[in-house]
Amino acid sequence: MPAPVSPGPWPARLDLLQSATGLFLALFMWLHMLFVASILFGTDAMWRVARFFEGYYLFGRSLPWLVSLFVAVVFVLFAVHAGLALRKFPSHWRQHAAYWRHMRGMRHGDTTSWLAQVVTGFGVFFLAPVHLYLMLTHPELIGPYESADRVWSGRMWPLYLLLLLLVEIHAGVGLYRLAVKWLAVGDKARMRLMRLKWGFTVFFIALGLLTLAAYVRLGIEHAPHAGEPYLPTWQRTLS
Amino acid sequence: MTRILDFDILRHNPRDAASVPRLQRYRLAETSGMTLFIALTRIREELDPGVHFDFVCRAAVCGSCAMLINGRPGLACRTLTATLPAHIRLLPLPGFALIADLSVDTGRWMRVMSERLHAWLHVATAVDLDALETRMDPDRAEAVYELDRCIECGCCVAACGTAQMRPDFVGAVGMIKLARFRLDPRDARDDGDFFDLLGDDDGVFGCMSLLGCQDVCPKSLSLQTQIAHLRWAMARRGLAKAGADHGDGI
Ligand code: HEM
Ligand code: SF4
Ligand code: SF4
Ligand code: FES
Repeated sequence: MPAPVSPGPWPARLDLLQSATGLFLALFMWLHMLFVASILFGTDAMWRVARFFEGYYLFGRSLPWLVSLFVAVVFVLFAVHAGLALRKFPSHWRQHAAYWRHMRGMRHGDTTSWLAQVVTGFGVFFLAPVHLYLMLTHPELIGPYESADRVWSGRMWPLYLLLLLLVEIHAGVGLYRLAVKWLAVGDKARMRLMRLKWGFTVFFIALGLLTLAAYVRLGIEHAPHAGEPYLPTWQRTLS
Repeated sequence: MTRILDFDILRHNPRDAASVPRLQRYRLAETSGMTLFIALTRIREELDPGVHFDFVCRAAVCGSCAMLINGRPGLACRTLTATLPAHIRLLPLPGFALIADLSVDTGRWMRVMSERLHAWLHVATAVDLDALETRMDPDRAEAVYELDRCIECGCCVAACGTAQMRPDFVGAVGMIKLARFRLDPRDARDDGDFFDLLGDDDGVFGCMSLLGCQDVCPKSLSLQTQIAHLRWAMARRGLAKAGADHGDGI
């Protein structure tokens, strides 16, 4: 019997890195959704959240490049995750056909949801960079009117709508998969995890739709003045 | 009410150049307590003596009767027709060499996998057959025995999307073999040795956690748990390795 040839540490590290970047991105997307949803508490609330991330409450003035910096980090992790996940994509026609035949025969949730993860990941791969680039280059244009104008007058809402659905499905399945990949879960706990995953996915998609609707409404109202920045109510001078 | 069952069975003999794979239909009246083993035997005795399929133990012990039952891998000898619809499609287990019809060569696959993974006990010193065996902690012995219940039926390989796409993937059966020897105190290998056998994308890092294996294993082995444990152990090893290879492979 030939002695085994060590694969070296890289397959292990890449698998860990794929999981770690996936975990970071998925948790970040959930937090991101909560921040963006601040618009549901009014324009001033969203304005405060946006200024907070520019360090306004820490340094006393807005530093939009802080946002750019963070976006750059997310962009890099996103690219790393996508690059690593691409290794798992079926590449030959034979593999596509094998998976498809297998999935149809098995009628098995986890097997089917893997394909959903591949398809949604592929979609996010194309759509997310558009958004990331805008945030990277125009971090100062994050605010109630600025964002609403981008959503409506800037015609970004179809992209955001698609991204919302793709990312929430992908992140939900991904987190479930992370749990079964790294933790010992019995059949009962697995059922519960599955239900939890669906709960989160439905909650965040619902929250996302409400939030997007709020920006669209605001964007339509503000369309005649598109491009004018938002001033919080207490900074407005009576005219 | 007795049901009339329609069996669509894949017929093909790869060694006959004229044979074309086709589904052939056989009709039987269901009897009480009928398993697929009983049904197939009746088909062979009453309808078509030429149908190939494998059985030895008829009791979920030998692992030779695994096949795709309406698309899902399972043991024919312990599948009751009462749990199936009246239309039953039987295909040979995918991923293994076809012998004929429903008969596949899982043995050859398992042998290649075992040799590749060095899936046998590696003892450090020669065994003295006259001496008393070293005692084993009963819980440990129980855990080893639990994993030894694998009957090498191949269902987990046929149920694994990864294995279906990537023929070199060791499958859940390969991983639990090594999990078994990793538990066995008589085995002299450490995680570094197991890493060399399993620590790549044909091994534990190729597993995409689709859990088809877990859901079809006819012996209900805790495959998910075993694979997750192995993944942690191998990942830790991969992090610690830092490129410096250890060279004490057995
Ligand atoms: C460039 C776009 C992306 C692509 C192509 C992609 C693709 C994939 C694929 C195919 C998997 C399955 C890998 C496997 O089964 O081992 C996966 C896993 C995962 N993805 Fe993504 N993904 C992308 C972006 C994202 C984003 C934006 C998030 C966060 C919301 C995310 C979160 C996850 C998580 C948590 C996992 C599980 C990690 C694991 O199983 O190791 N992905 N991704
Ligand atoms: S692990 Fe289960 S499904 Fe796989 S070969 Fe062993 S008994 Fe069969
Ligand atoms: S968990 Fe999935 S990918 Fe891993 S061995 Fe089982 S079926 Fe295959
Ligand atoms: S005949 Fe032995 S397992 Fe079915």
